[in-house]
Amino acid sequence: MLRKILFALLGIAVLSLTACGGGEATKPTVEDKSVGAESSGVGAGTGVDGKSLDTQGKADLLAKRRIHFAFDSSAIDDDNRAIVNAHAAYLMANKNIKVVLEGNTDERGTREYNLALGERRAESVARMLKLLGVTPDRIKTVSYGEEKPVAMGHTEADWALNRRVEIIY
Amino acid sequence: MKAVQQLTKLMVVVLLVAYATPASAILTIEITQGVDGGLPIAIVPFGGAGKERPPQDVAAVIEADLARSGRFTALDKKVFVARPTDDKQVIFKDWRIVKAEALVIGNVQPVAQGRWQVEFRLYDIYKEKQLAGYSYVVAGDRLRAVAHQISDIIYEKLTGEPGVFSTRIAYVTRERDAKRFLYKLQIADSDGYNPVTVLNSVEPLLSPAWSPDGMRLAYVSFEQRRPILYMQNVVHGSRSRIAEFNGINSAPAWSPDGTKLALTLSRDGNPEIYVMQMSDNSLTRLTNNPAIDTEPSWSPDSKEIVFTSDRGGKPQIYRMRADGSNVERVTFEGDYNARASYSPDGKMLTLVSGAQGRYHAALLHLQSAVLQVLTDTTLDESPSFAPNGRMILYATERGGRGVLASVSSDGRVRQLLKLQEGDVREPAWSPFIHTTPTN
Repeated sequence: MLRKILFALLGIAVLSLTACGGGEATKPTVEDKSVGAESSGVGAGTGVDGKSLDTQGKADLLAKRRIHFAFDSSAIDDDNRAIVNAHAAYLMANKNIKVVLEGNTDERGTREYNLALGERRAESVARMLKLLGVTPDRIKTVSYGEEKPVAMGHTEADWALNRRVEIIY
Repeated sequence: MKAVQQLTKLMVVVLLVAYATPASAILTIEITQGVDGGLPIAIVPFGGAGKERPPQDVAAVIEADLARSGRFTALDKKVFVARPTDDKQVIFKDWRIVKAEALVIGNVQPVAQGRWQVEFRLYDIYKEKQLAGYSYVVAGDRLRAVAHQISDIIYEKLTGEPGVFSTRIAYVTRERDAKRFLYKLQIADSDGYNPVTVLNSVEPLLSPAWSPDGMRLAYVSFEQRRPILYMQNVVHGSRSRIAEFNGINSAPAWSPDGTKLALTLSRDGNPEIYVMQMSDNSLTRLTNNPAIDTEPSWSPDSKEIVFTSDRGGKPQIYRMRADGSNVERVTFEGDYNARASYSPDGKMLTLVSGAQGRYHAALLHLQSAVLQVLTDTTLDESPSFAPNGRMILYATERGGRGVLASVSSDGRVRQLLKLQEGDVREPAWSPFIHTTPTN
């Protein structure tokens, strides 16, 4: 939810571009085609609030919105597979909800390769959701490569947190 | 002829300053490794006339330029036995005594309306002759540009190769606001001075690529919250979207003649390399592989394109003909080689080479297949050659912050370019500027 608000704000704060000097500056405006107002149903809030005693419970898994990966890999391991399963079940139960999968990498290696790797990670999660029955029109993927780290440090622990796909409703 | 060329160079920069806003933060250069044994050159403080002092110490800029190149050693002024400012005052033996091999003298005089006349002369001490002498009349804020042009002339006369002091660099800065990051695409002189912001965004910017005429930058912007390719005229600021397909639109690389752009698109399912004709935006697909194919770069003769692919399991550099045929792998050392680009003579690639979790800017000598690591930093990105092939500029991390670094292609001279605050990344060195802007 917070993320959605943030996105809306980002949508409003569109680029400013500096224009020709002199008296009559023609300021090239950037067309705002932002999708900040994208409607996306009720969100997953209800599933997140109730905390199950069973640590492998569906609510707990659904509360996890990040799928993590090994270095230079887009393979989803068993722990993360369980999270994707829970989200697939949620999407199957709530057919009006769409999902955005944002692929991210750690900072190591080159930005362009990481952009491609982030996409591969997002597609990897998308593929699994589709296998579990979610129709492709409800899934959108985007890669941010190494551009949007959640941990700002430069240690192995930071990198592990940053190699992720964000599941966003 | 030369003067006309220089004048047009000046015009390019003047126009650039006219449309863009001055940036607050400036890149500062710190020489982290110098060399002994540069050509000893005496640069005499320039003379003047009248009480008015020029707003820029032209001789000091020249001295800093030449010292930074690593190919000259500027002699300590304390040993000078004379301080000539014009031709009549030059006595060659004064300079043989201090072991200077070259001498630079000059003067800066005010003329009307805040303009200045700059004269300089370069001498070969042993041959006892003048190698170059020029006069310029410019506004006060152009004195640095004149100094860089003089540095270029000196460099070329003494080394036989063109200097890059009058070229510029484009790069991306990231600063933190109260709540978010702010990204700026900036262009500065090659010594970091006169930065101007040509684009502001709250979303990431990457991969700026200069057109061969130095007039346009192609780059990737996430302003629509996905990677879309833009092209911007750096003279008047107009910009357009050039690729906005589903998926990734990125990794722009101009063909040497500027008529085509190689790029990466994942519109057909996974990242592939395409070539776009700039005349009609038509696309030709060059790669077709389920692996990641990205980071294309043209050979200087336009016949080949190198790119990064993980079709062998890990990212490595491959080479193909410009029509996509004859793909061959060119890197075999290390478990991560990416973002290759050619040296201006086509004999080397600079690339990011990773092994044991360390990522260095490196050189691959194409003839011998020798891979030469250039740096001791471990998170290097985006290396590219200076247009004369003598330096490699790249991004790295120092003290937790993004900085730019340069290293001479022989590995002997190293510099850091950093901001007072925030990160700087994605450097791209401009080409030499030869064309005349038509307003």
